[in-house]
Amino acid sequence: MPDSTFLDSTELVLNMGPQHPSTHGVLRVILKLDGEKVMGTECVIGYLHRGVEKIAENRTWAQFNPYVDRMDYVAAISNGLGYCLAVEKLLNVEAPPRAQAVRVILTELNRIASHLLWLGTHALDIGAITPVFYCLREREEALKIFENYCGARLTTHAFRIGGLLYETYEGFEREVRAFCDMFLPKVDEYEELLTNNRIWVGRLRNVGILNADECKEYGVTGPVLRAAGVKWDLRKAQPYSGYEKYEFDIPTRQNGDTYDRYMVRMEEMRQAVRIMRQAVDAIPEGAIMGKVGKVIKPAVGEAYVSIEAPKGELGYYAVSDGSTQPYRVRVRPPSFVNLQALDRMVRGGLMADVVAVIGTLDIVLGEVDR
Amino acid sequence: MADEQEPGGSEAPPPGKGEAAEQPKKPAADAAAKPVPPKPAAAPPPPKPPATMAATPWVSDLARELKERFGDRLGEASTYLGQNFVVVKPEAAIPVLEYLKLDADFDYLVDITAVDWPKRSERFDLVYIVYSFSRNERMRIKTFIADGFQPATAVGVHLTANWLEREVFDMFGIEFAGHPDMRRILMPEEWQGYPLRKDYSIIQQDQAWVRENLNIESGQ
Repeated sequence: MPDSTFLDSTELVLNMGPQHPSTHGVLRVILKLDGEKVMGTECVIGYLHRGVEKIAENRTWAQFNPYVDRMDYVAAISNGLGYCLAVEKLLNVEAPPRAQAVRVILTELNRIASHLLWLGTHALDIGAITPVFYCLREREEALKIFENYCGARLTTHAFRIGGLLYETYEGFEREVRAFCDMFLPKVDEYEELLTNNRIWVGRLRNVGILNADECKEYGVTGPVLRAAGVKWDLRKAQPYSGYEKYEFDIPTRQNGDTYDRYMVRMEEMRQAVRIMRQAVDAIPEGAIMGKVGKVIKPAVGEAYVSIEAPKGELGYYAVSDGSTQPYRVRVRPPSFVNLQALDRMVRGGLMADVVAVIGTLDIVLGEVDR
Repeated sequence: MADEQEPGGSEAPPPGKGEAAEQPKKPAADAAAKPVPPKPAAAPPPPKPPATMAATPWVSDLARELKERFGDRLGEASTYLGQNFVVVKPEAAIPVLEYLKLDADFDYLVDITAVDWPKRSERFDLVYIVYSFSRNERMRIKTFIADGFQPATAVGVHLTANWLEREVFDMFGIEFAGHPDMRRILMPEEWQGYPLRKDYSIIQQDQAWVRENLNIESGQ
C-alpha cells in the first residue's frame, strides 16, 4: 500500500462492507477518513457478478428473457420491459395496444414496489424504524397482484417478446383500482411520518448534493437527476409502450440533495398511481401478442433501446447476427452508472452521511454487478 | 452463427461413399437401393441473407456538419431502425465526442461498450452512445479497433467514462490510453482472461485463481 495512505497519521482507511446492513447487498466502500470527515472513497464492486451478458450469448433471444429479472430484482418488470422492447425493436414489431396497457400498469406498479422498498430501507438506515413496516405492508399488496398475474412475486418474467404470455386474470382491473385507492392516502401517511420530521430533515437536507451539471457529467439519471432540477424522464422524452397516452407530471426539485431526492420519489409514486388509473380504465380489447414467430430470429443489425426504470435510464444494446441467439446484449444499468457519483457526493462530508447517500442513490447490487 | 453451421456439417459425411458429390440434392431416388436410408435432409439451410445490417444513409444537418469537420476520419453516417450512428476512425473517436459535447450539445454519455468479432482483422467494435437533452436525440459513435490497440480514454470529455471504460477493459481486454485508473472493475483484479471475448467459453474460468482464492478445484 502506498505510504501516503497508510502512514499519514491523520488519515484512517476504513472498510465499509461488503457485508454491511446499509449497503443493501454486497458493496464494499473503502473510506479514507480524517476524523469524521470523508476524504475520499473507493467502491469495490463485482461480488454479484454473474456474467449476465455472457449468458445472453449462449441462450436464444427468448430464453434470455427470465435472466434480466435477476438484475434489478426489486424492479424485475422494468428489466423485462426494456429487454422485450429492445428485441421487438430488432424484429421491428410492436406489442398490441392491449399488451401495452397491461405492461404500463404492471411496470408502474413495480415502480411503486421498488420505491417502497427504497423508502423503507432508506428510512431504516437513517434511524427511522417504523416506515419500513408500513412500506412492506403496502408493497405486499402490489406483489400479490404480480403473483396473481404471473405466479411470481419478485423475479416476475411477466412479459414476452411481442406482448404478453398471459391474459389478465378475473378481477385484475378491480384489484388494480383497489390498490390505487388504498395506496394514495398511504403516501400521505409516510409523508406525515417523515417529511417534516426534524431528525429526517436534519439528516437529509444539504447532504450528498449533486447538481445538474454534475449529474450530466456522471451520466446520472432517474430521480437523482430530477431532484437536481432537470425535468427529464424517458417516458415523456421518448415515450414507449404507449406512455404518450397518459397524463402525468415529472416531479422535479432544485437542490439536488438527499431530501429532494426523497421528495421526488414520493411524488413519483403518486404519479404512478395516476398513470395506473388512466391505464386501467382504458385497457383496449384485442390480442395480447404481436406478430412474432415461434422462433425469434431478428435480422442482422443492432439497436439501443432504453426505458425509464425506477432507478434511471435502463438501456439494452442488442446486436443480432441473424441467428436465434443474441450476438451481444449489453445492459446499460442505471445503478452502476449512478453509483460512480458516490465519491463526488460524499467527499468532504461526514462519515455518517455515506449511509444516507448510498440509500438515496437507490442502487441494487444485482444490477450494478450483473 | 456457429449453431447454424453445425447441423449442415454433420449431415454431409454419413450417406454415400461414391456419390457424396451430389448428396444433398435428391436423396430419395438413390437411397431406395441403399441399405442405410440417408437422413431426411429436413431443412436444407436456406440461402443466407447478406450478413450485413440493412442500414440506410443518415441524412441530416448534424451528419453533414460532422463530415465537413472531420472529413476522412469520419466513415459512413447511417440509420438503422430509426437510430443514427456514425463510424469513425479510432483516433477520431474522442475529438468527435468532444465536438458533439461542446458544439452540438450531446452532453450525456450514455454508455461505452464493445462487441467482439474474432474473425475480423479489426477485431472489436467500440461503441459510444451519446444523448442530447436539448435536442432529445441519441446517436452512436462506432470505431473498429484491432486487438492490442489502445484507444484514447474519454474521461477527459465525460467523467462517466471512467467506470464504463474499466468495464470494457475488464470484459474485453481493451486498454484505454490515458485512463486514470485502468483496473478491472467487476472481476477479481488478478483474474486472467477477458470473459466477453468470443473465444472465452462460458464455462471457462481462471483455474489457478479459483484454486488459490476459493480453495476448491473448480467453480463449476
